[in-house]
Amino acid sequence: MNEGSEFRPKILVFSTNLISDVGIDYAGLLHMHYPATTSIIRLPCSSMIRPEWILFALESGFDGVFVAADGTDCPYLRDCTERTARRIDQALELVKKNGFRPERIKMAAICSVCAEPFSNHMKNFYEMLKKLGPVKKGEI
Amino acid sequence: MGNEERRIGVYVCWCGGNISDVVNVEKVVEAIKNEAGVVVARHFMFMCSEAGQKMIIDDIKKYKLNAVVVASCSPKLHELTFRNVVARAGLNPYMYYHANIREQSSWAHSNDPEEATRKAIRHVRMAIAYLRHAEPLEKIRVSATPSVLIIGGGISGLKAALDLSRMGINVYVVEKQPFIGGHLAKIGSIYPYGRKGWEVVSTLVKELRKRDNVVIYTNAEVESVKGFIGNFEVSIRVKPRYFKRMCKRLDEVTKVCPIRVPDEYSYGVKKRSAIILPPYPGAYPELPAIDMNSCTKCMKCLEVCKDSIDFSQEEQIIKLKVGSIITATGFKPYRPKEGEFGYKVYGEVITLPELLSILKQSDSKDRLVINGKEVKDLAFIYCVGSRQKPKGNNDKINTYCSRYCCNATMFTAIKLFERYRGIRQYHVYRDIRTYGKNELMYEKACKMGAVFVKYDENDPPKVYRNNNKLIVKVKDLLTEREELEIPVDLVVLVTGMEPNDNEKLNEILKLPTGRGGFYQEVHPKLRPVETTLAGFLIAGTAQGPKDSRESLLSASAAAAKAAGTVLKGFIELEPFVAFVDPEKCELSKTCIAECPYGAISVKNYEGFGKKAWVNPALCKGCGSCVAVCPVGAIQIRGLTNKQIEDMIKTSAKEV
Repeated sequence: MNEGSEFRPKILVFSTNLISDVGIDYAGLLHMHYPATTSIIRLPCSSMIRPEWILFALESGFDGVFVAADGTDCPYLRDCTERTARRIDQALELVKKNGFRPERIKMAAICSVCAEPFSNHMKNFYEMLKKLGPVKKGEI
Repeated sequence: MGNEERRIGVYVCWCGGNISDVVNVEKVVEAIKNEAGVVVARHFMFMCSEAGQKMIIDDIKKYKLNAVVVASCSPKLHELTFRNVVARAGLNPYMYYHANIREQSSWAHSNDPEEATRKAIRHVRMAIAYLRHAEPLEKIRVSATPSVLIIGGGISGLKAALDLSRMGINVYVVEKQPFIGGHLAKIGSIYPYGRKGWEVVSTLVKELRKRDNVVIYTNAEVESVKGFIGNFEVSIRVKPRYFKRMCKRLDEVTKVCPIRVPDEYSYGVKKRSAIILPPYPGAYPELPAIDMNSCTKCMKCLEVCKDSIDFSQEEQIIKLKVGSIITATGFKPYRPKEGEFGYKVYGEVITLPELLSILKQSDSKDRLVINGKEVKDLAFIYCVGSRQKPKGNNDKINTYCSRYCCNATMFTAIKLFERYRGIRQYHVYRDIRTYGKNELMYEKACKMGAVFVKYDENDPPKVYRNNNKLIVKVKDLLTEREELEIPVDLVVLVTGMEPNDNEKLNEILKLPTGRGGFYQEVHPKLRPVETTLAGFLIAGTAQGPKDSRESLLSASAAAAKAAGTVLKGFIELEPFVAFVDPEKCELSKTCIAECPYGAISVKNYEGFGKKAWVNPALCKGCGSCVAVCPVGAIQIRGLTNKQIEDMIKTSAKEV
């Protein structure tokens, strides 16, 4: 699809029910425009993400995966950031092994009022993915 | 799940025009109506309206729907509304998924209607994918013990205790110090009306003493907490007071004691012996207590109060059963570092709590004397230990505003003007935050002659000595950074609040803390006194800086929440907890190691042998275990791996 037209990277976002999804809602409330080619799946906590889900997202056709983690605000886990970072590390290895560029994965802490940081992350990530080009197995 | 055919109804909301002005709702309905499982798909002006709700209920009956998607605003607003709608039509409320196409589509992408419509379609498709694998879920029901533990006997804890007691609930208060009352009992007049802090406390104490369903343990600490909401088993350690009855010669016995240590009930302004006397009129308990950290067991006190003192008393461990726990452990005043604005270098530099202690004791009429010197000129320096800036090193800093301090200082300023004729006050501040009605105190202090000097946070004032005066050197932002050298007799550092030292308690309770180290609520507005740990509530300054009014408010709120938990006799928990597929589980035990709540153990399953097992009452549903299972055997109910994988696959499809 989109052939002949401009490449618009597709981004899968994992958010969290109590924190980052609230921050993403806030970006909407403030009408802060960020790329609309995003799809958002909400989870209880970012530490729930199985690394193979991230691989699966790239295999399914997403050009990038953004994990909107809870950071230190996580209401479940004090060490949420470390745990989520471990998942991301594993995912990075996994996607590399399967021939995808690791730059397609990004994680950042998004707090419940982090409207601007979220929208900036999305814009930057989108631009970066645009330079990388469409996702392709065997790109590395 | 099973073999029942999935019959899904999809309802796309216009939200007036909030959604439909950007997202083409007709296109959304058109795009998803042929998705597998969808029986009916509609769009409507306001799904949350009576008419919208009725439309869903009628369709459920007419088309024998067994699952429903509403695509509208954020689930934080109306997820519960629509769960209740489907339940009213006789469906399981968890056969529902809420697609967010307002905050996360029409509002966020009002600049790009076409792409916003595509995003809405993807979000609806994900919701349909979710429901294809959804199962009816039941809330988890557990019984509840009708009693509450309150940790901390300051005003917040005491107020919560009184409220609960009046609702007929048994209350246990555990106070670490030998007397209840907390910080408020240590200070004299408090804003806004000038009532004495300790009077407020002793009024509460008087009320509590009339209640027969309140037990207060002082000199006591929580030792362990086991169990879960509704059914906690708490063990507390009570240290002896070594006083078994009152002694008539208390004056004498404190004199005969050779120990002199800083008195915590006056912020160290006074010294006390190892025998701690009831620190305020009407204090509870009435019996003194011997402080074993400073006592050398010289036994001289026995010569005076032989029949009252008993050194053979031993520590006691007490076991309690409670349904809910309120943590109200309060704060500690920020203690300036040595040399911070001259603190501990010059005797005339003190903190606001120290000044309040001095004022409480020195009713000495018309002169304020400190260190033997009359104070004629005094400077307050604001925001000491609050709103700190990172210094580049790893020092812990307090970035928050402590909220009470501007108001307390303004009130103190007025008191000082009223009490000491001719006193001159310089208020060296960063910003004045006398919010709400407190603004009137600010106005009054200004009118009475307080001089306000605003400093730059990047260029804070300096304090040094010049002959017999202290000099506060500051660039005043109000007069274009004119450099002032203010000679004063006393510098008062307006210190903020810090979380109490609760390392041991934090190990036991594992309550989440936020930035600044205070206990964290689930949501500042929607669930302001609850924590993510079911059954654990927070009250007062343990949650963050508050003044006494705000502390009392939060205490009453926490009491009401705790009562709501225990009064019914049972508790219903959301069903979103982890579960193990015993067929898949290979007992790697990675989930057991990963679980922060100790909710997973090993159980013998009929026909499968020993496998991991999740206690649903302990599980909080964070899903951390889901990520680490090598074989995907542990999942979250209501958000299974299959659901997530199908959502990913579906949303990746081109629209």
